[in-house]
Amino acid sequence: MFALTSRMHLWLEASLRFVRHQPLGAAGLVIVLIMVFAALLADVIAPYDPLRNDYTAMFQPPGATHWFGTDVFGRDVLSRILYGSRTALWVGFSSSFFSATLGAILGVTSAYFGGKVDLTLQRFMDLLLSFPLIVLALVVVAILGTGLTNVILAIAIPMIPRCALVIRSSALSLSRTPFVEAARALGFSHWRIIFRHMLPNVMAPFLIMLTAFLGQAILLEASLSFLGLGVAEPAAAWGLMLRGAAVEFAERAPWMAIFPGLAISLSVFAFNLFGDSLRDALDPKLRVS
Amino acid sequence: MRQYILKRLLLMIPTLFGVAVLVFLMLRVAPGDIVELKYAGTGAFAPKEAIERERAQLGLDKPLWRQFASWIWGIGRFDFGNSMWTGRPITQEIAIRLELSLELAVMATLVAIFLSIPLGALAALKQDTWVDYLVRIFSIAGLAIPSFWLGIIIILGFLIFFKWLPPLTFTSFWVDPKANLMQLIWPALAVGYRYSAVATRMTRSAVLEVLREDYIRTARAKGLWEKVILVRHALKNALLPVITVIGLEFAFLIGGLVVTEQVFNLNGIGMLFVESITRRDYTMTQALVLLVSFVFIFVNFVVDLIYAWLDPRIRYN
Repeated sequence: MFALTSRMHLWLEASLRFVRHQPLGAAGLVIVLIMVFAALLADVIAPYDPLRNDYTAMFQPPGATHWFGTDVFGRDVLSRILYGSRTALWVGFSSSFFSATLGAILGVTSAYFGGKVDLTLQRFMDLLLSFPLIVLALVVVAILGTGLTNVILAIAIPMIPRCALVIRSSALSLSRTPFVEAARALGFSHWRIIFRHMLPNVMAPFLIMLTAFLGQAILLEASLSFLGLGVAEPAAAWGLMLRGAAVEFAERAPWMAIFPGLAISLSVFAFNLFGDSLRDALDPKLRVS
Repeated sequence: MRQYILKRLLLMIPTLFGVAVLVFLMLRVAPGDIVELKYAGTGAFAPKEAIERERAQLGLDKPLWRQFASWIWGIGRFDFGNSMWTGRPITQEIAIRLELSLELAVMATLVAIFLSIPLGALAALKQDTWVDYLVRIFSIAGLAIPSFWLGIIIILGFLIFFKWLPPLTFTSFWVDPKANLMQLIWPALAVGYRYSAVATRMTRSAVLEVLREDYIRTARAKGLWEKVILVRHALKNALLPVITVIGLEFAFLIGGLVVTEQVFNLNGIGMLFVESITRRDYTMTQALVLLVSFVFIFVNFVVDLIYAWLDPRIRYN
């Protein structure tokens, strides 16, 4: 019991320190938390069914009944944005978690073994890095097809080498520390050393990469969906809401294009703000006393 | 130095070969091929023989290694073959779009330079004041706002307030510079703003670092104007990492503007890439991926050369 409370106390202290030293980051975190709640409680707070067409209420401007107006099928824009945050968060979290985890494992493995393994892995990563993010994502979509899970993979795969590169550089010095050498001398298996001894020690760069990827992943999902190669209609996704009718009828119903874009920008902004401050707080090299 | 340049140029070959193998295999793994998609598009019943005949015509019936070998053999002679979809030479198809993509990339890079260097330097000089915070918010916002949405908003603004639309068809700069700029300046602004974000922060931190150097203190002690210190002493030395960032972003702008081109209805490399990959136009997609990664590797190399040219301490051997 005592251990638990002291641990909570430490957490609380760390959080308070973060808020005090990184006010912008804390503001970002607040927006992120609001977004998470909006996604979790979408069923409760959304005023309308996001998928229900209402042909008597097409192109309604923002007003008392529809705060953000309605779209070409008479669907409520606010409800679609609220449900869209589920798609954005799910894709964002799972793809960045997947890519950062796999990237960390690859980076640590590469640094631990060194030599030929390192060289081969690095060459392969360099190869993947010479494609722009979206180009590689489009190739993966072409192979796997569209849909939620495939979009997550298409976003995660191009990010893996970017993460592996960063984690490798911080794991390189780690593989020569006494405790890793001691573990080696004790005859532990390679995988035990990699997973139990090295991976927990690259937690800081891992978290930094994870938060840095979150915003990018949300943006990439919006881009893919906007191209029609991501999440498919009639699902509620922000990029999808900007596609087709939103551009076609932009002059007649500008709210269709304005609000989903604001939702994307605000959430990516919040994630970047938070991620940036987290990096400042976690990276001792950048810390100003 | 000459030896170094030669070595770097030769080292590009294995990398590009790796890219070629990778994209070749990935495309063949993707389900469906161009012949199926063509017939699916017409909706007509396709007899099996007709499909087989067309596949044979495109060389798709040959074993993979032979397809790959003949493709690579062609590239060795600078012959990229014909587009499987239009049947026209790939070099021709790419050439008509490259002018637009290249111009847009150059303009967006210029926008990014003119935004990021003054803003970054300003933020560094006014570190931890509201100016610094404003610049930081401005640049983080640039990374957050999707450039395709910014494009939609720009078009929408013109439409609502001025009842005006940017020209929809591309005119070459050499034919009618005004019409050309009127079309391309808007996507360049939308994309350039986004790309200025990273460079702004890079400029800020680089200038901050340089300002702590001894020679800046010497310059101040000499009683030089702050302006001269900033421009001639600090900025000049801080620009090295900024050049890297801008160079790499320029490389990604060729072919990376897939979505922005869609919004502004620009027929560039990005649009061609989306079209050819959804049509399973193998030859075209392969050529485009090779082009994009070649540009990336080449720009990397040029950035390294600029480094050595700007900073006499860096010498490659």
